[in-house]
Amino acid sequence: MLKELLEKQNAGTLKAKDRYEIPAQDMPAQDGTERRENMNEVALGYTETQARLEAMRCLQCRNAPCMEGCPVRIRIREFVTAIANGSFEEALAIIKENSLLPAVCGRVCPQEVQCQETCTVGKKFKDPEKSVSIGRLERYVADRFGKQGETPKVAPPTGKKVAIIGSGPGGIVVAADVRRAGHDVTVFEAFHKPGGVMIYGIPEFRLPKSIVQEEIDVLEKMGVKITCNFIVGRTRTIEQLMTEDGFDAVYVGVGAGLPKFMNIDGEQLVGVYSANEYLTRANLMKAYQFGKGSDTPIAVSKNVAVLGGGNVAMDAARMAVRLGAENVYLVYRRSEKEMPARIEEVHHAKEEGVQFRTLQNPQRILGDEKGNVVGAECLKYELGEPDDSGRRRPVPIKGSEFVIDVDTVIVAIGNGANPLIQQTTPGLEFNKWGNIVVDEKCKTSLQGVYAGGDIVLGAATVILAMGQGRIAAAAINQYLKD
Amino acid sequence: MSFKILSKKQLSENVFQMDVMAPLVARSRKAGQFVIVSVDQDAGERIPLTIAAADAENGSIRLIFQRVGKATTQMADLAEGESLGYVAGPLGQPTHIKKFGTVVCVGGGIGNAPLLPIATALKEAGNTIISIIGARTKELLILEDEFRAISDELIVVSDDGSCGRKALVTEPLKEICSRDPKPDCAIAIGPAVMMKFCCDTTKEFNVPTQVSLNTIMVDGTGMCGGCRVEVGGQTKFVCVDGPEFDGHQVNFDQMMRRMSAYKELEQKALEQYQKHQCKIGLDQTA
Ligand SMILES: Cc1cc2nc3c(=O)[nH]c(=O)nc-3n(C[C@H](O)[C@H](O)[C@H](O)COP(=O)(O)OP(=O)(O)OC[C@H]3O[C@@H](n4cnc5c(N)ncnc54)[C@H](O)[C@@H]3O)c2cc1C
Ligand code: SF4
Ligand code: FES
Repeated sequence: MLKELLEKQNAGTLKAKDRYEIPAQDMPAQDGTERRENMNEVALGYTETQARLEAMRCLQCRNAPCMEGCPVRIRIREFVTAIANGSFEEALAIIKENSLLPAVCGRVCPQEVQCQETCTVGKKFKDPEKSVSIGRLERYVADRFGKQGETPKVAPPTGKKVAIIGSGPGGIVVAADVRRAGHDVTVFEAFHKPGGVMIYGIPEFRLPKSIVQEEIDVLEKMGVKITCNFIVGRTRTIEQLMTEDGFDAVYVGVGAGLPKFMNIDGEQLVGVYSANEYLTRANLMKAYQFGKGSDTPIAVSKNVAVLGGGNVAMDAARMAVRLGAENVYLVYRRSEKEMPARIEEVHHAKEEGVQFRTLQNPQRILGDEKGNVVGAECLKYELGEPDDSGRRRPVPIKGSEFVIDVDTVIVAIGNGANPLIQQTTPGLEFNKWGNIVVDEKCKTSLQGVYAGGDIVLGAATVILAMGQGRIAAAAINQYLKD
Repeated sequence: MSFKILSKKQLSENVFQMDVMAPLVARSRKAGQFVIVSVDQDAGERIPLTIAAADAENGSIRLIFQRVGKATTQMADLAEGESLGYVAGPLGQPTHIKKFGTVVCVGGGIGNAPLLPIATALKEAGNTIISIIGARTKELLILEDEFRAISDELIVVSDDGSCGRKALVTEPLKEICSRDPKPDCAIAIGPAVMMKFCCDTTKEFNVPTQVSLNTIMVDGTGMCGGCRVEVGGQTKFVCVDGPEFDGHQVNFDQMMRRMSAYKELEQKALEQYQKHQCKIGLDQTA
C-alpha cells in the first residue's frame, strides 16, 4: 500500500479523499495480559512503514490548525510532511526547533487535547483519536534518530553562573539553553537522582527511564554540573546562592510536590498512600524489585482502590496491577468523559484489567482493630450542572452508600505547591495557592530569579513546563547579557 | 561528592556513632534537624537520622543510629574510610531554642542521641537542665557522660536496675513535675510508647512537652505524605512541619500503627542480607 501511495504522492495525484482512506495506524503494544507481569514499556512504537502511512494521512492544511493546538508551536505540518517523504532527520530537526525532549513528549503529551484536538482529520471523523497521530510520529523520529545527535555546541565561557533548582523537564530545558549561551550552570536536585516527575512519578512502562537518563547525560556532556541531594531552602537558600555562592541568576523549577489528601476519616490508616509515595517507592526506589536489589518495601495488596481520574491515578492503578494486586478499582467521582488522563492511558489501564468505578467517591476509609485498611465506604454520584471548569459537577446521591472491600487505598487527587521555597525566600511573590507569580518572561518578583513549570502553573504537563523553561532561559540569557 | 566516614564508634551492642563528611549540611544545620542517608547511591533505603552534632569547620556531622533493619545493619558494617551513598539535608524545622527557665529533658534508648544537641543548645540559652535518661539495661545506655556535662541534675534509669534507678523514665518525670515550682517545660525523645507515656504524665501537671517524631519517611521534603501524623486533629508532615511537635496534641496510637506497617517486609530484607553476608564469609574461608 505504501508503495502505491508514495507513487501517487510523488506524482502529485494523492488527493484528500485518498488520504482519508488510509487507515489510522494502530500503535503496536505489548499484550495486555503479558504486560501485567512486567515493567517494560507498553507502547512499542511505529515501524517505518506505519510511520510513513500515518504521516500520509496528513492533509497538509494551509492554516495548520494542529500548530495552534501545540503549546510550544512545533511546525507540525512540516515535520509530518517530512516523515511522509522519508526525510526523518529533517523531521527531527524541525521538532527540535521548538521542543528539546521529543522522545518524552511524544510519549506523555495529552495530544488529544492539544495538536490532535485541532487536527482537521480528527475534525472530519469527529474523533480526536482519528486525527493524525502526531505524538506517535514525534516519538518515532525521536527514537530512531534522537540518539545520534551531536552534543549541542556551547559558546565560550561568559563568567556568569546560573543555578537551576529542580531537575524536572523545565529545569533540564533551561539548563541546556542557558549552558549553550556559555554560562556556567549547576542543577540542584533534592532527590538522589535527576529527572523530576519523569523519574520518580511516571512509571517505566510508560516512559523508560533510560530516555530521561540520556537527556541528563547530554547535559553533563555539555558541561552542566548536576548536584543531587541538595535541598534548596535547607542546604542553601536562594539568597545564599546569589549573595554568597556567586550565582548571577536562578531558575526555580521545583514542581508541584505536595500531595493532596481527601481529608476524610481513615486516611491515616496503614495501607493508605498518596500516589506520590506509592509511585516513588515503586519507581525511584524500585520497590518492585524488593528483595532483588532493592530494600524499599511497599504494600503487598490484593484489592486496591485508586482515587482520581488523571494520569497520576492511571499510573498508580497500573503500577498496582504490576505489583500483583488481584483487583484494582479506579474510583472517580465524575464520568469517564471528564477524566483528565490521556485517552491512551485509559485504554491501556482497561486492557490491563483495571476496573473503572466512575460516578463514585469514598466518604470514609474503614480499618480493622490493628489500623489496617479493610474497605472504603463510597457514595454514588450523578452529573449536575457544569461548574467553573466547564465540566459537569458531580452531585452525591443521598443514601447510596456502599462498601468496596480493599486493603490498599491510593489517593491520586492532585498536588499542591510545596511550601519550602516560600518559607525560605523572603521577597519572592506567591499567589494564594502557593504558586510563584511570574510575568510573561517567567521573571519573578526578585531580581535575577525566574520560575516555571508546575510551581508556577499548578500541576500541569511536561510540555508546558518545557515551554516555560525555554521562555525563562531566553530571558535569563538576555538578563545576563545586559 | 564523597560522604566519607571519618570515625566510627560502637556505643552499645546495637548503637553506632559515625562522623561523616557532609560540609554543606554541617554548615547550615541547626539543633533538631535531620538528614536522609543511604548506604547505596541508587536503590538503597532512605534512612532519616537526626544530626547529633556538627563541626562546620572540618565539614563533618555526627550521626548516631541503632542497628535494626537491613539498611542500618549495612550501614553499621561500613568501616572508617568508607563512604555513605549520600547524605541529604539538613531537613525539618530547627528546635525553637530560648530561655524557658527549667527544662526537663527525657531521653530513652537511642532517643538520647537526638536529645543531646537540643539539651546542649537549651543549656547554652541559659536554661536549667534536668535530664532523665534511660535504657533497658546498662549496656544500652548511651551518652551518659555527655549528659552529665551539660545537666544541672541527671537521673539515670534502667528497666532492670543494672544502672541508675530501676524505673521507667516516667517515674522520675512525675516526681519532678510534682515539685514546686514545677518545671517550665519538657522535651521527650525516644520510642513512641515512651513519648506517649511521658506526655500523659506531663499533661496531668500541665507542663508543655515537645516530642521529636521519627516516622517512616521517603523523600523528607514534603512530597510523599508517608510521614504524616495527626496533631491536634490535623494532618501534619513530620519531615517539613516537624520533626518536633506539641506532644499533648500528637495522636500516638495512630502513629505507632503506621510505623509498624512494614515490619514483616523489613524483617525479610534483613534476613536476606544476613544470609548473604554469611555466604560471603564462607566464600572467604573456603
Ligand atoms: C504520576 C504522574 C504522571 C504524570 N503524567 C503526565 C503525562 O502523561 N503527561 C504530562 O504532560 N504530564 C504528566 N505529569 C505532569 C508532569 O510530570 C509535570 O507537569 C512536569 O514534570 C512538571 O515539570 P517541572 O519542570 O515543573 O518539575 P518536576 O518534574 O515536578 O520536577 C521538580 C524537581 O525539583 C525537585 N525539587 C523540589 N524541591 C526542591 C528543592 N527545594 N531543592 C532542590 N530540588 C527540588 C524535585 O525533587 C523534582 O525532581 C504527570 C505527573 C505525575 C506525578
Ligand atoms: S491539522 Fe492535521 S491534517 Fe492538518 S496539517 Fe496538522 S496534522 Fe496535518
Ligand atoms: S517523608 Fe515524604 S512527605 Fe515527609
